[in-house]
Amino acid sequence: MTAVSQTATPPRPASAGDAVPMVSIRGVGKSFGTNEVLRDIDLTVDRSEVVCLIGPSGSGKSTLLRCINFLEVYDRGEIRIEGKLVGYTDDAQRRRLSNRDLRDLRRNVGMVFQQFNLWPHMTALENVAEALVQVRGMDKAAASAHAGRMLDRVGLAAKADSYPARLSGGQQQRVAIARVIAMEPHLMLFDEPTSALDPELVGEVLQVMRDLAADGMTMVVVTHEMGFAANVADKVAFLDRGRIAAFGTPREVFHEATEPRVQQFLQTYHERNSF
Amino acid sequence: MLDFALFVQYGPALLRGFGVTILCWGAGCLIGMALGFVLMLLRQVPVKPLRWIIRAYIEVIRGTPFLIQLFLLYSGGPSFGLRLEATTAGILGLGLYGSAYFAEIFRAGYQAVPKGQVEAALSLGMSYGAILRRVIVPAMLVSTIPAIVNMMAILTKETVVLSIITVPELMYEMQTMAAETFATFETILGMALFYWLLVEVVSRLGRRLEARVTRFLTHASPQGSSTETATARA
Repeated sequence: MTAVSQTATPPRPASAGDAVPMVSIRGVGKSFGTNEVLRDIDLTVDRSEVVCLIGPSGSGKSTLLRCINFLEVYDRGEIRIEGKLVGYTDDAQRRRLSNRDLRDLRRNVGMVFQQFNLWPHMTALENVAEALVQVRGMDKAAASAHAGRMLDRVGLAAKADSYPARLSGGQQQRVAIARVIAMEPHLMLFDEPTSALDPELVGEVLQVMRDLAADGMTMVVVTHEMGFAANVADKVAFLDRGRIAAFGTPREVFHEATEPRVQQFLQTYHERNSF
Repeated sequence: MLDFALFVQYGPALLRGFGVTILCWGAGCLIGMALGFVLMLLRQVPVKPLRWIIRAYIEVIRGTPFLIQLFLLYSGGPSFGLRLEATTAGILGLGLYGSAYFAEIFRAGYQAVPKGQVEAALSLGMSYGAILRRVIVPAMLVSTIPAIVNMMAILTKETVVLSIITVPELMYEMQTMAAETFATFETILGMALFYWLLVEVVSRLGRRLEARVTRFLTHASPQGSSTETATARA
């Protein structure tokens, strides 16, 4: 058993003393029937690091991300968050964790979805305050006040009383981010957070994510925004057919990678974005 | 000629009957919805025999006439040691009958809840109970209110069957009036009016409820009724 002493503290800048990585993925595999969607994945995310997962669709990026908070069940290997094994008991039996233990794990791991997934019957403020009341046990007034500050942080204090149906995609995604950061997670997972947005709305969401990264949030981001990956990520992992085909700093992956699949992918990307 | 004096003479009995009809209908709906909801939830449990039993229950209830179910419960009940008063049997019968239909309505509503809304709640660490109360049920209401109101309207008219097991509801009192006065036409006219009134009230309430639960689609915010008010507040 690895001792974890940092679970109660908010994310902070990485230092040499951090023995336990935020996320440690070792030999993870997953199959849907005979289809192997993840094969022998190894990946380490240190505190305050931003790691982008890129690659063609169907390469397993989203599946890998969803395995980290066990929305998707992985079959082989192990994923640890702050040293704690995700989804299974940390012994020889390796039984599935109870829902209660899963909840304890998930409350420190925030997730932002491609489709925002706000609750449409609640206002922006209520969306952010909900988990504070239901999970953190805050009283309603305190939760609303805290939620208001979080909406302010993503620049949406003025939209607190609006229902999601009246917000633009970019605004909805920023509310979704506020909903996550209100819980003060140690780690945030982003599943293609800008893929469902109109091009002119992508920037505002990426800006909020840049701010979070600058504040030292540990982030794992599945994205097709190569610019974001190149400028903000500390590490980039290129997935192809369920494997990590290239891994390193953005410079190493974008400019120095020799794998044909990576070059082909980047080539296609550049061609699509040039006109 | 129509003899409206009959309605004065039989007024108290008819109103009492109407009251019993509303009681049986209301209690039957409540039992039906509560039981239907539980059946729907149990169907989500991944235990096959449990699912088969619930499916069989729903198929039997939906596949047989309400009249026969009521007879089985009221007249056949004593053979199994179940002795019920007519009104109790009537309410229970309506509830069991309604539960099969409500279970199906709720199942459709449950399946229609966007998976992402539940995943968002799960990823925040919410418990299943909290997710059910705060996310699933509100989303279900939006898609199922029309079907729920429809079923409630159907049940108002199924209450007439209760007269056959001597529940003193509206139909029963009307038949008494008809038998004692031979005023068939007045009776039929009166019944049509009373049941129409009941269904009309139910559908009006249903429309208001529907407007209430879909408020977030038509309103900018809970307080404001338009985008302007929302911006003004902000």
